[in-house]
Amino acid sequence: MNDISNISRREFLKDSALAGAGLVVGFHVPTAGAQTGAPGISGVEVNAWVVVRPDNTIIIRYARSEMGQGSLTSAPMLVAEELDCDWKQVSVEYASTNEHIRRNRIWGGMAAVGSQTIRLSQDYLRKGGAAARQMLLTAAAKRWAVAESSCSVAGGVITHVPSGRTLTFGDVAIEASKLQPPKEVKLKDPKDWKLAGTSVKRLDIPDTVMGRQRYGVDVQLPGMLYAAVAQCPVFGGTVKSFDAAAVQSRRGIRKVFTIDSGKVLVVVADNWWRAKEALKLVPVEWDVGANGKVTSESIRGFLKAGLDVPTVPVAKKTGDADQAMAGAAKVLEAEYYTPYLCHAPMEPMGCTARIADGRVDVWCSTQTGEGTLATAAAAAGVPLDQVEVYKMQNGGGFGRRGGSQDFTRIGVLIAREFPGVPVKSLWSREEDTQHDFYRPAALYRLKAGLDAAGKPVAFKARVAAPSIFATLLRLPLKDGIDNSAMEGFAEFPYQIPNVLNDYAQRDTHVPVGFWRTVGWSQNPFARECFIDEMAVAAGRDPFQFRRELLAHEKRPLGILEAVAKAADWSKPLPPGVFRGIAVTEPYAAFTAAVIEVSVSDKGEVKIHRIVQGIDCGYVVNPDNIVAQIQGSVVYALTAIGRGEITIKDGRVEQSNFVDYPMMRISDMPKVEVVIAPTGGFWGGVGEPAQAPIAPALCNAIFAATGKRIRSLPLSHHGLTLVKA
Amino acid sequence: MIRLVVNGQARQADVEPEMPLLWVLRDELDVKGPKYGCGIAQCGSCTVLLDGAPVRSCSVPVAAVAGKKITTIEGLAQNGVMHPVQKAWIDHEVPQCGYCQGGQMLAAVSLLQKKPKPTDADIDAAMTNICRCGTYARIRTAIHAAAAAATAKRV
Repeated sequence: MNDISNISRREFLKDSALAGAGLVVGFHVPTAGAQTGAPGISGVEVNAWVVVRPDNTIIIRYARSEMGQGSLTSAPMLVAEELDCDWKQVSVEYASTNEHIRRNRIWGGMAAVGSQTIRLSQDYLRKGGAAARQMLLTAAAKRWAVAESSCSVAGGVITHVPSGRTLTFGDVAIEASKLQPPKEVKLKDPKDWKLAGTSVKRLDIPDTVMGRQRYGVDVQLPGMLYAAVAQCPVFGGTVKSFDAAAVQSRRGIRKVFTIDSGKVLVVVADNWWRAKEALKLVPVEWDVGANGKVTSESIRGFLKAGLDVPTVPVAKKTGDADQAMAGAAKVLEAEYYTPYLCHAPMEPMGCTARIADGRVDVWCSTQTGEGTLATAAAAAGVPLDQVEVYKMQNGGGFGRRGGSQDFTRIGVLIAREFPGVPVKSLWSREEDTQHDFYRPAALYRLKAGLDAAGKPVAFKARVAAPSIFATLLRLPLKDGIDNSAMEGFAEFPYQIPNVLNDYAQRDTHVPVGFWRTVGWSQNPFARECFIDEMAVAAGRDPFQFRRELLAHEKRPLGILEAVAKAADWSKPLPPGVFRGIAVTEPYAAFTAAVIEVSVSDKGEVKIHRIVQGIDCGYVVNPDNIVAQIQGSVVYALTAIGRGEITIKDGRVEQSNFVDYPMMRISDMPKVEVVIAPTGGFWGGVGEPAQAPIAPALCNAIFAATGKRIRSLPLSHHGLTLVKA
Repeated sequence: MIRLVVNGQARQADVEPEMPLLWVLRDELDVKGPKYGCGIAQCGSCTVLLDGAPVRSCSVPVAAVAGKKITTIEGLAQNGVMHPVQKAWIDHEVPQCGYCQGGQMLAAVSLLQKKPKPTDADIDAAMTNICRCGTYARIRTAIHAAAAAATAKRV
């Protein structure tokens, strides 16, 4: 049975051992750790990715995070494929973030963001497996004093072919580990893969199903205290005054204080519920700062003004769009709007930290171990190499646990008040909802010119939206363009001779961040619905219209055609049922969707069928791709139907699942998944499927009703999504 | 001192009677299967079985369940043998992040006790827990599979 452990949990286990048995309940106790030379560790590190134990079981290191996207299984599959071991031999452990820093970032990228775990690691993962295989093979050949070319490897066993002699990886691991790694390795042609490309069971699922899985919120350490936090309801505000005495004498309360220059009010207690209840009762006066009057309407006005700025940075320019527009036979113009959205992972934000002897230990659900480590070091004022991050299973991520790391900073600042004592901070759902880094709101103005034959001659898109890169990551924008805000417009695939797509950066006091599929979660709604408007204006079938404009773009065209075929686009539908289509190119992958709906007089949008396709180049774990697409559809429909964060008096109006509602099983339509890999490239999987859902659905609603939906959510248009 | 029976074991906790069962389990008894998701009985991540019936433990004061039998996801397998629902959840690779799945499985167990052959409509009505990863299609498949497996066993 494959199990999962965490190198960095060695420290955890050591601490727990001091405090007695029972404290490690639920954590895997590694039967052997991974690091050569560490106490009680019997495995041999052949290279950074591959550790072989004497019993011929193998540990493959996983460097990024697991939040349900399945990469903890599929990334090691790529190592195992080249290693030529038996998958049943393999267990997986998280690479230590601290060791990563000390070993010159030996494990490459540690972030599980941007659908990049496979596509940006596949090369070095496969090479890591291939190099370890080569070293094990060389060690065996040396022991036998035979030519390497006379040896073969399969299932973790090296065979000297002429004599039939065999050695296991475990037999030669020590010798192999002493060899110089090969300078070059030859990778398999993907068509020769045996393990990769097959549906492999995810390694973390048995623990989840047995109730053994441990998330950040589940960390339990000896002497641990619990913190509840409240930030100023208006972003950027601070505590003016508070009265600790009002709750100090309540049971279990240890301390009431503020951190981060008064930005966060904290109650620490011996039980989280006690802390949270006391926090509600602390009299507090906030200094809300300059933004106490901001509303959704004022923000919308600010975005709208961005549409009218004469000249803004240009993301895509071909020909002369204005001139071509002036000469067009027909000109269309429309404005689209997408709202702020909250991530709302099932596990709210939190972080456990302990600061002792100039060292910081952090246990948390994070999408970026390195980001957590750097944030913790800065918050505690210690060097980077004095921090260890114990990566826990993320109870959902969706981008919330990536770049911001506000939850880590708050957790570590709280722990500073209790030297030597681990403190687990946990945000209430209300705090999580009201202090997110939201998917940006965006306003779009689109314009197209058609010639007399209905052929597009000009296309313009102005995006007015906040910049995540400038405000969250504080990075300078190259040529004034926020790449996330212009997704789908900067790399515009449609062959129209004159195009001008530009960006009006409109930053507000509402924090924005990466949200599953980010710009691709909202820009395709504007782009692909407007392409539909163009098709209608041209009197063309929207699928054929797109086909012609994509004739030179092999991959978008390929997935569009594959999905249209699977959805029987050319066949008539039952009376009252209508369909919409959309195609997108997110995160180095290509996705398309066809959605069939009927719409009742009462505005019930009944979804009869969703056909969703992806071309991600190479397929590593196909059933996991199906799962990611099914999940992406739910994430998308939840937002499209009713998802909206609104601002009043400078603060978020929504607070919990009652006013930020989630789709449930009773709303879940049937999703047909088309995986159509064309090879030759590595595309993302976790996010791309969401991109075409909103436009395919809204184009279907238009086909059914003649009503063009140009803003989300649908609830604003008197429409409700229901399952057929 | 409040006495509880958690997964067949007698446990006790010295807590305020109004403390929600969820926090007694998690912070006092170190039973981490039930999860905090919303605190207002909306999401179901904290679902436990109380004398066999699903309840949202974030909204049940511990005093109300004194002496009652509480089953959490940790207690669903018996003597190391998985419940058919757990087996179906593994066979159909239901969980993604998994945070809500303990609650989902306990809700499914309760549904199958009441309706051994649930229809899709029964599933829609009984399975009201939120899954943010969107595993709903597989939850439905797994419930039907668990029902079929149990029926096959009885035959």
